[in-house]
Amino acid sequence: MLGLIDYAIFSLCIVGIYGLLSLALNIQWGMTGLFNIGIGAFFAIGGYTSGILTSPETTAHVGGFGMPIPVGLLAAMVLSAAIGLLVGLVTLNLRADYLAIATIGIAEIIRLILQNEGWLTGGVRGMANIPRPFEQITGGQFEWAFLVMLIVIIGVVFLALEAARTSAWGRVLRAVRENEPTALASGKDATRFRLEAFVVGCAIMGLAGALYAHLFSFISPEAFEPMLATFLVWVMLIAGGSGNNKGALLGALVIWAIWSGTQILTGYLPAELATRAGALRIILIGVLLIVLLVTRPEGMLSEESDRRRDRRREEREDLKD
Amino acid sequence: MIEVRDIVKRFGGLVAVDHCSLTIEQGKVTGLIGPNGAGKTTLFNIIAGFLPPTSGQILLDGEDVTGLPTFKLFHKGLVRTFQIPHELPLMTVLENLMLVPEGQSGENLLNAWLRPGKARSDERRVRERAEEVLEMLEMTHVRHHLAGNLSGGQKKLLEIGRTMMTEPRVVLLDEPGAGVNRTLMGKLSEVIRKLNQEKGYTFCIIEHDMDLIAELCDPVICMAQGKVLAQGTMADIRGNEAVLEAYFGGGAARVVESSA
Repeated sequence: MLGLIDYAIFSLCIVGIYGLLSLALNIQWGMTGLFNIGIGAFFAIGGYTSGILTSPETTAHVGGFGMPIPVGLLAAMVLSAAIGLLVGLVTLNLRADYLAIATIGIAEIIRLILQNEGWLTGGVRGMANIPRPFEQITGGQFEWAFLVMLIVIIGVVFLALEAARTSAWGRVLRAVRENEPTALASGKDATRFRLEAFVVGCAIMGLAGALYAHLFSFISPEAFEPMLATFLVWVMLIAGGSGNNKGALLGALVIWAIWSGTQILTGYLPAELATRAGALRIILIGVLLIVLLVTRPEGMLSEESDRRRDRRREEREDLKD
Repeated sequence: MIEVRDIVKRFGGLVAVDHCSLTIEQGKVTGLIGPNGAGKTTLFNIIAGFLPPTSGQILLDGEDVTGLPTFKLFHKGLVRTFQIPHELPLMTVLENLMLVPEGQSGENLLNAWLRPGKARSDERRVRERAEEVLEMLEMTHVRHHLAGNLSGGQKKLLEIGRTMMTEPRVVLLDEPGAGVNRTLMGKLSEVIRKLNQEKGYTFCIIEHDMDLIAELCDPVICMAQGKVLAQGTMADIRGNEAVLEAYFGGGAARVVESSA
């Protein structure tokens, strides 16, 4: 029983990290229409940055500076944002599908660098001994505390993104997404706004990566493969409701439940079937994505429903005046 | 106010605008007419910074603004509308207008996060301005509707409304009357006249509806095949042989003359 609760808490921590990724993608794709399929790269940069800065002294890779975890988290955000800025400067004048191709290419380049530059990252052997927060205080049972910390972080990020969404800034992003010439003809520097949205999203992806590293205490390039680190996040956002921050979080929860639920089920299969089932799970997620796009393209919680609520609130305020 | 100097625009082998020079004078409503494919919209796109010219210059109040991006020209007081309404379909009418004003503090993400009070008060100010514009356009009742659901005519009005959300010095209207019914057309020209006379906006209007042009515009410039063909009052233009030839071809001028 206790094992089950531990498992649930650990799973919720993973859901929370995916929730952050999904929120980050939402500001890029949902609000601004930036087709970023290089999520894994920024996720990885965050993880490795915090790992290098906070892990104890080692010869396995560069760093081992033993810095406090909050410093690692912050540095992860800053470095992911900085690399996002560079990538953005080069690619953001590309239109939708070209941006997608450019980001997937850059993501693979970054992943391969992390995999092959062993002096920097530990290469394929990965990076171990990344400190876990609250480990001493909780006597090894750190997951509870981690989950609480994660919920607080998600809460802050969520509120910040909601404030951004409902601000004049968010309005310009939507305008850029819906009709760029109109945004330009309204005096808005579309490229600047796209770049800002991209960088903010990358910073949050970096934060998620750092949290992932501190949760598992170990990272390797495999953790940042496109399937897990990019594709799954896209499915989460689309399922939850692109453009809707609550939807982004709900999508992370539901899709992770399906993803990890099917993993448990395959555990009961005979060995030879179990290996094939792994591929089937990926197919299942793909089919689910297609079904969603056909039957409910706006996702479980649509952007429109959120905007309608905003408008109703506005109309109520009209009446009060 | 705006001086177009010897502008050429080539698309591959096609010369859309061919050594075109003209002036849009301060305080006037200039009409730009010409048969389809004369290069009017291309010229507009060049003036408004949507397209770079192949050669030539655009001067705004004597300053060379050739090739400046659209959003920068906007801040210099040059605003345009689109031939096909470019509303933001999934945003409300109010939001479509509230997008426009410059210098909104909430457009800076850090202000939106750290100075919500200032952002909110700016938002209220912009909102009030939008409400005024909607009242002037008699569109207050649809302010919370999604712009994509508006009728064609209302979308046209929204295009003009957008220019009213700022303090433009010169407004380029690309076919404001196309696909608009007569009643709405009357309202449209009334709004344009009012903005011109009361607020001193300079207008340049591309239009195929000659009644609207005759009513509003002086001078009128006629383009054909990328060149300026004639310029003058509407009456001058009506009697101009080259213009008749361009519109009707095949010695039309002679036919008109003989029938008169």
